[in-house]
Amino acid sequence: MNTKITIQTKDFSPGDEINWLEQETSGDGALVTFIGKVRDHNQGQEVANLFLEHYAGMAERCLENIADQARARWQVGKICIIHRVGELNINDNIVFVGVTSAHRQDAFYASQFIMDYLKINAPFWKKEQTPRGSRWVEAKQQDQSEAQKW
Amino acid sequence: MAIGKTKQNIKVLFFAQFREQLGCEQIALSASEAGSIEEIKANLISRGGQFEKVFSSANLLVAVNQQMVSSNSTIQGGDEVAFFPPVTGG
Repeated sequence: MNTKITIQTKDFSPGDEINWLEQETSGDGALVTFIGKVRDHNQGQEVANLFLEHYAGMAERCLENIADQARARWQVGKICIIHRVGELNINDNIVFVGVTSAHRQDAFYASQFIMDYLKINAPFWKKEQTPRGSRWVEAKQQDQSEAQKW
Repeated sequence: MAIGKTKQNIKVLFFAQFREQLGCEQIALSASEAGSIEEIKANLISRGGQFEKVFSSANLLVAVNQQMVSSNSTIQGGDEVAFFPPVTGG
């Protein structure tokens, strides 16, 4: 199994995921990881915490499809994508992407592509708690532009 | 597997602010009430109130059987249709 896709409420351990990525990939000299975290501000407002909703079933299928697309474009070994859902606090991990490849460029490109596509296609929604109450995060045009460059 | 009449129903799901605005996460429509996404939207708009507000919105994404589709897609009994706002994960 070279692709691991998980959607979970509990935290992940980047170390454990790196261990998984390193198993049986002795031909891969590159391992790129990305971690997305909850920050304390967004769109000019303080953020106290976050609630993440997803469309169960479709979200997993969508992430699998993005991983398949990355494999079709670049030479990659293993891919790990973990996305958390539910209640999250400042500094909590939200998303983990890890990619191995024989060469660094493919691993960098593939991991960035996965994040860019996840941002515009995967059915997850963030709701923020701010001092003015709660609000659903609005999709950013910039994310659409980022994904179009691929 | 569902059989008979239940198989004919279309499951319609709502997510995020749509779910909150409508005060429900899913409804069932009989297959005779819907031939396409546009017809389902018209059916929902005709309910008035929050339904009219949400389904008149231009910022509306739709998936059929967990795949993104355009609004001229056709629907069959047993399909799962989902309406949601633009995604904001990651």
